[in-house]
Amino acid sequence: MAIIIKNGRMIDPASGTDDRLDLMIEGDRITDIIRDASPSADDRVIDAEGCLVLPGLIDMHVHFREPGREDVETIIGGSRVAAKSGFTSVVTMPNTSPVIDNQALVRFIIMEAARGPINVFPAANITKGSRGEEISEMGELVRGGAIAFTDDGNPVMNSVTMRRALEYSRMFDVPILTHSEDKSLADEGLMNEGLNSVRLGLKGIPNEAEEVMISRDILLTRLTNGRMHVCHVSSAGSVEIIKQGKKAGISVTCETAPHYFSLTDSAVEQHLSMAKMNPPLRTEQDRQAIIEGLRSGTIDVIATDHAPHALFEKQQEMEYAPFGIIGLETSVPLIITELVRNNHFSYMQAFDKVTCNPARILKLDRGVLKKGGYADVTIIDPDKKITVDRDFLVSRCRNTPFMGAEMFGSIEHTICNGRVVYSRGQNLS
Amino acid sequence: MNSLNRKDLLDIESLTTGEILLICDTARYFKDVFTRDVKTVPMLRGKTVCTLFYEPSTRTRLSFELAAKMLSANTINVPVTTSSVVKGESLIDTVRTLEAMKADYIVMRHAASLAPHFLSKNIDASVINGGDGFHAHPTQALLDTYSLIEQRGSLKGMHIGIVGDIKHSRVARSDILAFKKLGARVTLCGPSTLLPDEFRQYGVDITYNLDELLPELDAVNMLRIQRERQKGSLFPSIREYNLLYALTEERFKKCRSDIIVMHPGPMNRGIELDDVVADCPNSIINRQVTNGVAVRMAIFYLLAGGNPLSEDETEGN
Repeated sequence: MAIIIKNGRMIDPASGTDDRLDLMIEGDRITDIIRDASPSADDRVIDAEGCLVLPGLIDMHVHFREPGREDVETIIGGSRVAAKSGFTSVVTMPNTSPVIDNQALVRFIIMEAARGPINVFPAANITKGSRGEEISEMGELVRGGAIAFTDDGNPVMNSVTMRRALEYSRMFDVPILTHSEDKSLADEGLMNEGLNSVRLGLKGIPNEAEEVMISRDILLTRLTNGRMHVCHVSSAGSVEIIKQGKKAGISVTCETAPHYFSLTDSAVEQHLSMAKMNPPLRTEQDRQAIIEGLRSGTIDVIATDHAPHALFEKQQEMEYAPFGIIGLETSVPLIITELVRNNHFSYMQAFDKVTCNPARILKLDRGVLKKGGYADVTIIDPDKKITVDRDFLVSRCRNTPFMGAEMFGSIEHTICNGRVVYSRGQNLS
Repeated sequence: MNSLNRKDLLDIESLTTGEILLICDTARYFKDVFTRDVKTVPMLRGKTVCTLFYEPSTRTRLSFELAAKMLSANTINVPVTTSSVVKGESLIDTVRTLEAMKADYIVMRHAASLAPHFLSKNIDASVINGGDGFHAHPTQALLDTYSLIEQRGSLKGMHIGIVGDIKHSRVARSDILAFKKLGARVTLCGPSTLLPDEFRQYGVDITYNLDELLPELDAVNMLRIQRERQKGSLFPSIREYNLLYALTEERFKKCRSDIIVMHPGPMNRGIELDDVVADCPNSIINRQVTNGVAVRMAIFYLLAGGNPLSEDETEGN
């Protein structure tokens, strides 16, 4: 028995295909891509009329909180949320408790995820204990299944440690994902430094806290000939610096998150801690620069930085609430609403950021629709309206500034390794 | 305008000019009440006012408590340092407990900016901001405004200087908004590390030179400088701060003879203000404290739905 996806608009950014093509899936592979497939009686047919048929989406920056905070989210729970949101592959950040700085924990994540609906690729820590001092046992971690290294949440402040990490990781051809932030410049700020932080009396984080560190990391990449990917780029200056780095031939790529192209720091007054994340929401000028960076390709990837937090932690004074918002479920709707509809991106331009681009950076044989390739497929109705409310959100945590918002783009089906892991209106697997 | 048609008093930004004037007018009435022999009126009888101060304060808390008592309300002070807060209870749970005990008004001071705003979204009781972080101190700004009106009749055309650590001052932010709404010209003065350019968004002037500014002012509000700020390299030493930004006797001599000297307290004598200046006839620092009670009485009264009080009623009472 095969699965046949019929009548959809197939978009494969890797090959530049945008055509009415049918997809045939057998086992965990795509067995054919043809016009007007004729299914046999025992085939399962998915009618994708009016929908986009895309490679299974990749989110290379999520926090699933396990081990340590299973009350907030788990690997399985997070995977289900991802499947419901159209993602078939995610990269989990290692700032769990304990942190992922040894092979046993990498293997634990992979083992746990094997019971879940989607592919989970763990990132491991750059430094032991995420302390920013000694580099972790990268060789063994890669052997255990680590796909990248990052101390996300903690910038590696020590420049020589970062240098060594970039040098050493070269041997294994895995990228260093940098949380580029100069902690001393950020100076315990709570939101973007600017007119709004001054007005609200909240300590500000200047753009430069991010930009100084991205500059350093790009220069260290040049020095070491390493491979660096900058996480959650939020400011106009960062986009410009990365553009210059790329122009100079330095091996740097980067990602931004949907909230940085959808919101500005004027959202803080209304949403308070629900709009508190690091880096913070910036100004309209920055938001526009992020959109243009995505359009031009300076920004390679859209990743959500999905960061669940318990309500009791978020529902506190701004100062005490943790940084971070959930992002998986609003990712596709924001991409379609903000980039495609409001800013006239082509689907190709918008969705290469969550398919072939992250796959290229992570050296994954996914994010593409090709005969013989993995059958990871996401089917989206781009014209269907969704409302971000309690019924829509299945994530255990609801820390989002988008509560109540209406957007376009509904995930109709998610297929991972040839298995339908989500269909709208049906219970999660 | 009938009364303050709002549940909470959170900041000056959300008040209209009319509301600010209404509070000041009403405060004038209550000042008469409060400075006579029998000070109590029954306007808040049966209501409960809770003061919840997460930051140490003497004058503001006492002022609120006194104002509530003189309106015949029941007042409770929640001693934060000995209550369940030290056992790790969250702000929202603490206040829901007070609400369950039917507190009508929560007066809160908190070191975290926007804490009262966060609270007001989550509870039904009336929240009065007694100062939040660096953000707002609306009752202080209202009493400053009232004190200036009492001196000059109106703020229109007055040139008011605010001097000191503007960056970390909730008083400065609220004063600026109130003074500007009533038509004053405001100039901010302090070291550049404590006076971000972003303050220009309020339509104020900025200067780092106190000596040039002082002779032009009708009133000057000297903010308290906190010694801790020095640790963050925001200024090199208290000595240098004093040298550049203190209102010394010598500087005072160059001011207009009728300049009004204000300070939100508590004062650092000898640091931002010389003794001689603090205690001279131009200083209205103690009068500000008295007016603070009247202004807070007016706020309670108006939030409770009280109507404007005319001069006649003052006579009648």
